[in-house]
Amino acid sequence: MSCPDVPGPSGAPAPGPDPGGTSRRRFLSYLVAAPTLAVGVRWAGPASALPVPTAPAPADVLDLGDVLILAAKDTESMLIVLEVRADGTVTCALPREEVGQGITTAVAMLIADELDLPLAKVQVTLADARPELQRGQLTGGSNTIRSVYEPVRQAAATVRARMAAAAARELGVTAGSLSLADGVLTARDGRSLDFGALTGPAADPDLAVGEAEPKAAADLVLVGRPTNRIDAVKMVTGQMDYTLDLDPVPGAARAMVRRPPTLNGTVKSVDNRAAVLAMPGVLGLHVLPTGVAVLAQTFGQALDAKEALKVTWGAGTVDAESNASIFRRLAAAATPVPPAPPGTQVVDAEFTFAPASHAPLETNSAIADIRATGGEVWAGLKSPIVAAQEIAKDLGLPQGSITAHVVQGGGSFGRRLFFDAALEAARISKAARRPVKLMWTRIDDMRHGRARAASYHHVRAVHAAGSVLSLDHSVASVETDFRHGLGEILTAMSAQLPVGGNLSFAQTVFLTTIKSPYDFGRVTQGLQEVPLKMPTGSFRSVYSANTRGAEEVVVDEIAKQQGKDPAAFRREFLKTDRQRAVLAKVVKEGAWGKVMPAGFAQGIAFHDEYKSCTACLVEVDARNPRRPRVTRATIAADYGLPINPRGLEAQLLGGLTDAIATVFRAGLHVVDGLPLEGSYSQFHFARQKDSPRDVRIFVLPATTGTPGGAGELGLPAAVGAVANAYARATRTRVRSFPINFPVDFTPFPRGTGSTRVHVPPPPP
Amino acid sequence: MPKYSFVVNGKAVTVDAPANLSVLWTLRDKLGVTGPKYGCGINVCKACTSHLDGKAFNPCVTYVSDVQGRRITTIEGLADPDGTLHPVQEAWLEQDVPQCGYCQPGQIMAVAALLARTRTPTDAEIDAIENVCRCGTYFRIRKAIKSAAAKIAAREAAG
Repeated sequence: MSCPDVPGPSGAPAPGPDPGGTSRRRFLSYLVAAPTLAVGVRWAGPASALPVPTAPAPADVLDLGDVLILAAKDTESMLIVLEVRADGTVTCALPREEVGQGITTAVAMLIADELDLPLAKVQVTLADARPELQRGQLTGGSNTIRSVYEPVRQAAATVRARMAAAAARELGVTAGSLSLADGVLTARDGRSLDFGALTGPAADPDLAVGEAEPKAAADLVLVGRPTNRIDAVKMVTGQMDYTLDLDPVPGAARAMVRRPPTLNGTVKSVDNRAAVLAMPGVLGLHVLPTGVAVLAQTFGQALDAKEALKVTWGAGTVDAESNASIFRRLAAAATPVPPAPPGTQVVDAEFTFAPASHAPLETNSAIADIRATGGEVWAGLKSPIVAAQEIAKDLGLPQGSITAHVVQGGGSFGRRLFFDAALEAARISKAARRPVKLMWTRIDDMRHGRARAASYHHVRAVHAAGSVLSLDHSVASVETDFRHGLGEILTAMSAQLPVGGNLSFAQTVFLTTIKSPYDFGRVTQGLQEVPLKMPTGSFRSVYSANTRGAEEVVVDEIAKQQGKDPAAFRREFLKTDRQRAVLAKVVKEGAWGKVMPAGFAQGIAFHDEYKSCTACLVEVDARNPRRPRVTRATIAADYGLPINPRGLEAQLLGGLTDAIATVFRAGLHVVDGLPLEGSYSQFHFARQKDSPRDVRIFVLPATTGTPGGAGELGLPAAVGAVANAYARATRTRVRSFPINFPVDFTPFPRGTGSTRVHVPPPPP
Repeated sequence: MPKYSFVVNGKAVTVDAPANLSVLWTLRDKLGVTGPKYGCGINVCKACTSHLDGKAFNPCVTYVSDVQGRRITTIEGLADPDGTLHPVQEAWLEQDVPQCGYCQPGQIMAVAALLARTRTPTDAEIDAIENVCRCGTYFRIRKAIKSAAAKIAAREAAG
């Protein structure tokens, strides 16, 4: 179902599939052997029967997040372990990757709420790769809170019950007579014990403990309360350690890699090896499948040496390809959309989206210490189990011999699903027989790092007499790489997926994420891939930013042909009351329909995915169509159950900024097998001057009682709203993204020459 | 190799380094001061923004020989020695600005320098801040700048 309506007055869940199968009674808790209390939860019910895919779109029945939860069901027992320390703090090593989503804060809130603990007494760290979790340690698909919500609450409820039982035994009272506040259990006579004192007694396996039920929604205090990030103090004081700020193996050499002049080019020969080895600080040089690695004492010296290398290169994988040729291939590969019947009106639109770099501010980076029999890597890893397995395989080491440490990342947007830097660092460490810190330069990260694949879209919407009869959307995209564990998950789940036929991983991801929120009659949405070998990876919202963004443009054009207001038209065709409430919120708060001067306009759009939905309304100043600016934005979202509204607002703000960037200016020009863009002065990601001065975000109160997806939700609606506002302000049709996309810079040379810049400092 | 002496966060340091080693790698690789981040190396992302004698500068494009005898403040040295946060840091916490946090040391140092020379920056002056935030926190940064300006004014009014 789409953004299903709220539960009935009885409080029973809305009818419909429960593919996540997260009814809390199906969890049992267990003790982890430890001197202090450590509690896990396990799945106690049978594998849930899966619904038959009869709903209009597979993603309505079983979305990608549901698939990820189901795929990890058999290891869910081990997912969450809470430990109470002697100082009274509760810790959780979360088997997920934090890259800015605020998941550690949200999980800490859930734990603190169940345990009546101050938030400051809960610590959430990031777990290393835990191979026993098999398919259960992948951070993606907006799925962290969806997948850990019930296990975390159940584990915390068990801790509370054991604490109460232990205190009751120690004090000789009944558990029910104790009151709990701030981690202290107090008897009626005033005697009290805190969690720290109880952690030993509570770990006694013979302790009789009553049933541990998570709190009722009405008793939760922190859930739903806007809460600041638990890691922000470290961030604003410079104490947050990202991968290259760590020093886990003292004496690690600094490594950089000289990369080929075209994507996936190969090294034929290194022509000045001795001269480079003689440069100051240089410690070694190694040829890799991806280029030539230079080791030095500092990254500054490694960079100079890398740039001084003379290398003869072999061909890459797409040397003859440029954006224009790629788009021709995509248009040719797209499945034809059905013709419109006679007597109908048609919106027929073709769209192109240029490739886009994830461009996280922290470039691909890793630390590796590989010895003869195994080793360790440190990096921002969203699929650490697969990373450790693949690194072991690549190095010819036994499975289980690589420990992958998950480090908080400086942004991801999809990039850190892959582990390119960790693998490369491991190869270098093995070859050099010493620990290394590897950093990609920005230029390399933008050109050779993974990017959102270019896509082509043909949408045909047919309408008559005020009804929309059909919407057919044919998408063609350069192949997106899903070899970060998702492919294996989909293979393992294939019998249970609500999609038939011989579909590729990409088509399965597409069909479990893409759906229309509107009653548009016959809706078909399909993907064809063109197998060009380019470094690609899912970008925030995977296919939705482009696919749903384009559809939202088409929605405006249907409304225009019908002579209807774009907001009123959406209200008429949305499927559920939940969706309409979200739309109504931005219409009201954003003053939809207000009169704007020439060159200005409002734009509106809607998106529904992963059991959440959102509407976005922006105002654009396009008096200069080449340098438009979003001046104001109003966003509303319904997450089913918002855990931390402040964090959710942050994610919506991020999605808005991504949309402003990728709709207006940010893209990659692939020319002769290499992107021209090499830094933020060329890949025009939004800056402060591109960002609205007025943003209002409304996270609506809980509706379904179950948290929906959050990290990717904001982007597709914002893409539609920004594009629609621009089209209305300029009285044009928007078809090619980014809209303003000249090569307005001098590209860095292809793999040669120094990029050194020197700016004399201001005088004293 | 030549030696260079300067002050980092109130502490006198001397390093052996080639004259053209950037201050960014001098700080990070030789001195273990990791608050300033690499984001581009060519002065366009501004993630490394720090202060040189109280003014904003970008260590990635400054040579170690440029800072002989001078005073560098990085994000680690912005708070008072007693731990009291700078008003800009307080405002960043209050507005819950950071997402991934990687650019924020540079953002904060840029704003601290801006507020040191302009007590109440206009929206146009805020727009002129070029530091890239890939998470897109710009609106919260704008609110935090205004809040920080008010905090500084309040501190001064309180004497």
